[in-house]
Amino acid sequence: MNTITTQSPLATYIVRHADDNVIIGQRLAEYISRAPELEEDLAVANFALDHIGVANHLYTYAASVDGGQSDADALAMMRSEREFTNLLLVEQPHSDFGELMARQFLFDAYQVGLWGALSESSDETISGISQRAVKEAAYHLRHSSGWVIRLGDGTQESHDRMQSGIDRMWRYTEELFFSDELDQEMARAAIGVDPAILRTDWERVVDDVLEEATLTRPSDPYQTGGGRSGGHTEHLGKLLAEMQWMQRSYPGMTW
Amino acid sequence: MDPDAEEQMFAAVIAADEKIEPRDWMPDGYRSSLIRQMAQHAHSEVIGMQPEANWILRAPTLLRKAILIAKVQDEAGHGLYLYSAAETLGVSRDELQRLLHSGRQKYSSIFNYPTLSWADMGTIGWLVDGAAIVNQIVLQRTSYGPYSRAMVKICKEESFHARQGYSIMMTLVDGSEEQKAMAQDAIDRWWWPALMMFGPHDSESSHTEQSMAWKIKRITNDDLRQMFIDQTVPQAHYLGLTIPDPELAFDEETGHWNIGEIDWEEFWATIQGDGPLNRERIAHKTKAWDDGRWVREGASGYAAKNRSLDKSA
Repeated sequence: MNTITTQSPLATYIVRHADDNVIIGQRLAEYISRAPELEEDLAVANFALDHIGVANHLYTYAASVDGGQSDADALAMMRSEREFTNLLLVEQPHSDFGELMARQFLFDAYQVGLWGALSESSDETISGISQRAVKEAAYHLRHSSGWVIRLGDGTQESHDRMQSGIDRMWRYTEELFFSDELDQEMARAAIGVDPAILRTDWERVVDDVLEEATLTRPSDPYQTGGGRSGGHTEHLGKLLAEMQWMQRSYPGMTW
Repeated sequence: MDPDAEEQMFAAVIAADEKIEPRDWMPDGYRSSLIRQMAQHAHSEVIGMQPEANWILRAPTLLRKAILIAKVQDEAGHGLYLYSAAETLGVSRDELQRLLHSGRQKYSSIFNYPTLSWADMGTIGWLVDGAAIVNQIVLQRTSYGPYSRAMVKICKEESFHARQGYSIMMTLVDGSEEQKAMAQDAIDRWWWPALMMFGPHDSESSHTEQSMAWKIKRITNDDLRQMFIDQTVPQAHYLGLTIPDPELAFDEETGHWNIGEIDWEEFWATIQGDGPLNRERIAHKTKAWDDGRWVREGASGYAAKNRSLDKSA
């Protein structure tokens, strides 16, 4: 099978957001049957479903923008590590519930702003998908910030573990607000949003929650990025190896 | 009410096919039978998440992935439901979990088998959920009110599970030779364990007689198994799959499908903890519980602080 790539800038733009969602959906799905309580298995499954649903809508739209040569599953399953353009934050593995919630909280706070802005997109499909996604993101943020606060201000152990989760994920947060030429082009056309403008609101939400959680905003200045241009950490390849295994092993079949 | 009158009241409710409710008097044996059966049912839902979660990450399409996640999520929900129903009998979810982790309470033997291909997701939905539905439809009429009502809700979701399983199988048998072989291999591995889900023959079942008298159980193991066989054999034929039983034959006189003998040694070994994955399933569950201890303690710590803050306010 030929390599699947996007052709137009619009499709490329849509796919980067689809990639974020499918990857974090996959990370959340890893946790199903491993949660501290059954209620949390339910919640994590619910959030995984929301993210995968958004990814499916966005990929489908990207494929149609490019003339229908591809489809959602081909975009998700037949592109390689270097072709995925998700943020580094979402591909990070979690070693415990604290890291999982830290990753989710930092990302949810970003997605609430992102979908809010994209709800105003001049592109009706993007706006429609975003209007639904912003409601889901607000609900995800309520859940994840609730856990950050409970664990941060719970026992000494839960405080320390939640702090170390935030510390572990913090180095990928600058990247949420990097804007490249494509972002700026889409923002100028009123289709997309310049991520840089989402920063102030994100900072406020994160600072408020960390304060209520009695947690400290990490002071390590080290930050990294590169996901939007296919420069990933070593974790993505293994996630894709598992996610894409069926389509790669049995190409061209219907499931 | 004097003890004799209470016992007569209980007997009258059972005889009239009405429901026993949590605050009603009930014999100790009725209560303990129900706790055993409901806990076993809840544990089966929860342990049953594992063989399917094993394929969520590798599901072949985004839609199949989403459906599988939704199904496993339902199972967690059914587990919660059934634990809550069991709690009406005066036992806590934590206590039931401890009994599961220590091996003193059981779950359905079927979940000790490994899921080795994508076709297993189809077969589990079709055969395992299909068998569960046969069992649960009857349990909607069980004599204990909370259990009966939980079953009504659960049955609705189970039919979606069975349908999605059959849809996976339909797609496979319409597909390539490799896909057809995958489907056949799955039924070869799952057919007999699915039949074992109905439990031992009536003559070997230690609980059947009393449970039938109390109307906890309404139809015996062997009769339920036969209902399942009769509904499933034509479905397998429709799919073009071979049922791995050379003795399978239709009996024109009775109108039922007759099967060969179930391997009861395998059944008892699996029930007693020596099936293919018994140790792994319990280890997975126990690890999740132990790994989550600090989270549960953190949440309780936070709740306790906030209660005392509320009081001082």
